[in-house]
Amino acid sequence: MKPFIRYILVATAGLLALPAGAQDIVVGEFASLTGSEATFGVSSSNGVELAKEEINNAGGLLGGRKIKVIMEDDQSRPGQPSAAVKKLVANDKAIAIVGEIASSRSLEAAPICQNAKIPMVSPGSTNPSVTEKGDYIFRVCFIDPFQGTVMAKFALDNLHAKKIAILQDVKSDYSKGLAQFFREYFTSHGGQIVTDLSYTGGGTDKDFRAQLTKIKTGQPDAIFVPGYYTEAGLIAKQARSLGIKVALLGGDGWDSPKLTEIGGAALDGCYFSTHFSVQDKNAKVQDFVKKYQAKFHAVPDGMAPLGYDAMMILGQAINTAGSTDGTKIRDALASVKDYPGITGNITIDEKRNAKKAAVVLEVKGSKTNFFATVPP
Amino acid sequence: MSSTEFIQQLINGLSLGAFYALIALGYTMVYGVLRFINFAHGDVFMIGAFCGYYLSPRLLPHFTGWLTPLGPVTVLILTMLICALLGITIEKLAYRPLRSRPKLTVLITAIGVSLFLEYGGQFVFGADPKSFPQLIPDRALEGTGALTITTTQLAAFIVTIILLVALTLIVKRTRLGMAMRALSNNPTAAALMGVNVDTVISFTFGIGSALAGAGGILFALSYPSIDPLMGLLPGIKAFVAAVLGGIGNIPGAAVGGIILGVVETFVGASAFSTYRDAIAFSLLIVILLFRPAGIFGRVQPEKV
Repeated sequence: MKPFIRYILVATAGLLALPAGAQDIVVGEFASLTGSEATFGVSSSNGVELAKEEINNAGGLLGGRKIKVIMEDDQSRPGQPSAAVKKLVANDKAIAIVGEIASSRSLEAAPICQNAKIPMVSPGSTNPSVTEKGDYIFRVCFIDPFQGTVMAKFALDNLHAKKIAILQDVKSDYSKGLAQFFREYFTSHGGQIVTDLSYTGGGTDKDFRAQLTKIKTGQPDAIFVPGYYTEAGLIAKQARSLGIKVALLGGDGWDSPKLTEIGGAALDGCYFSTHFSVQDKNAKVQDFVKKYQAKFHAVPDGMAPLGYDAMMILGQAINTAGSTDGTKIRDALASVKDYPGITGNITIDEKRNAKKAAVVLEVKGSKTNFFATVPP
Repeated sequence: MSSTEFIQQLINGLSLGAFYALIALGYTMVYGVLRFINFAHGDVFMIGAFCGYYLSPRLLPHFTGWLTPLGPVTVLILTMLICALLGITIEKLAYRPLRSRPKLTVLITAIGVSLFLEYGGQFVFGADPKSFPQLIPDRALEGTGALTITTTQLAAFIVTIILLVALTLIVKRTRLGMAMRALSNNPTAAALMGVNVDTVISFTFGIGSALAGAGGILFALSYPSIDPLMGLLPGIKAFVAAVLGGIGNIPGAAVGGIILGVVETFVGASAFSTYRDAIAFSLLIVILLFRPAGIFGRVQPEKV
């Protein structure tokens, strides 16, 4: 970063440390409201909106101050998150940042928040390196070593798969991480990776027939596709048209209503791991689903409750800190323990990651059905 | 690589290459007549896909019973007409006023038009990817053994060949085609011989854009996720295909597109799938090193 920008950021952080009046508490959010992962941004920011409303209706924070969320769209594109977060920190004087779902984009914003000593809470970035960017970076979701292991375990135990092919998105830190941890667990427990190929995501590649034809010759028992929903839908479609009948497996990057809109029946009998299921009988979950549907007229996918949990935990931390000072909020976030979130009980560990369970969903007839819960 | 896999990859490559060929034809036609690269061409391709997206739900319900197969054909033809009009309009508004200016000015304007269509598209259609309706049933053909060819792949291939033949006939057998060739050969002499330059150029843009529109529909049929920036990459690749085949040369554009599709597919299936585009493009550089004017192009000495 240029020294000049660093100077501005530090200066802003200094200004923010001054005692403020009883005005609104400004929280910045950056999300992919448009572009190839648009449903992630829309769902998570809906979750944030719902949480903000609840906090404000219950009397706000720090003795009556309301939360004001300033939203920036990063268009699912590299380069945009850093611009968005610089603006949120420098112009809007946000005291904390919520964002992103995609790990690549969180990784872009994290150093900026870290340098400005502004706590950042990612709702859904699962790549381990996100929170390694510094001690001001948190997340309320599990991480890829856990998610990759869950799916590897699932392939071995539930599908009795011995041979797996991997097709990963080379442009995404999330996808590469998931593939790596899947591979490690699967091969060390007697499985074999027969084909390991990649594609370029983010709307760049649309033809996967070359890779899939190659994968078909390896005769795998299942194919692990740890990418995002747009590509996963197209991959499923093309795999079926090439006569590949085995199950496709994915991670939370699949969790979007667009998945089956694009892939259709090709996805029947495929599985993916994610953060929550609308079919969870837990009263808290059902209450959230009802409120979400009432406000947004849509069934929440996995990203919505993550946005909600991120905002709620941040709100609680601001109250615990008793101030809008970045360092104090950071300390409060680091000490969150057994917070009863919609996506499970959240405990922030020493690496600022959330420890909690994952669920595996099965796709059937353009719907997702709850299949199993895997504890941490 | 077994022979079945080899043939399957060849089929995959040909069907991908058919799209590049269809878009490359538009680049090559405009270049042949005007000696300039219409960078907005890939975005006309995108508009074509969106025409299909919006026209299909309105038109298809009217085609029932024995008329059903005519539905997708009508969508295709209407889309080609709309795109032809768009191409002609773009030329009239953006390029014609600059025709006497340096080529660089027009080139930069073309990039401007391209950005206008992309971000205008984001504004009008929304930036999130939309799923394209299934115009024809997408299934594998029977009786091909271990090989699979889908109905959409076949449709794309057939339409590309029909359009290619039609285009060749227009250019070689009609008066307008003759005028296009004359203009390409020597614009000043053609104008002096009574060729209406404006009409011929409009016509060239119209045909090129109609082909891009058809390409957009066929592409969206095979890869049913469309967004306003979808024309960017296929546009660049088709441009490369046109250069590879020898820009300004119609069979060259088709061959260039097919070569690019096949090379990309074979690299994509190899252990180097990560570097697919890098390797495919490096290979093209090598080909151009040996044939600088492209496979079918002739080196033209600069006229003094």
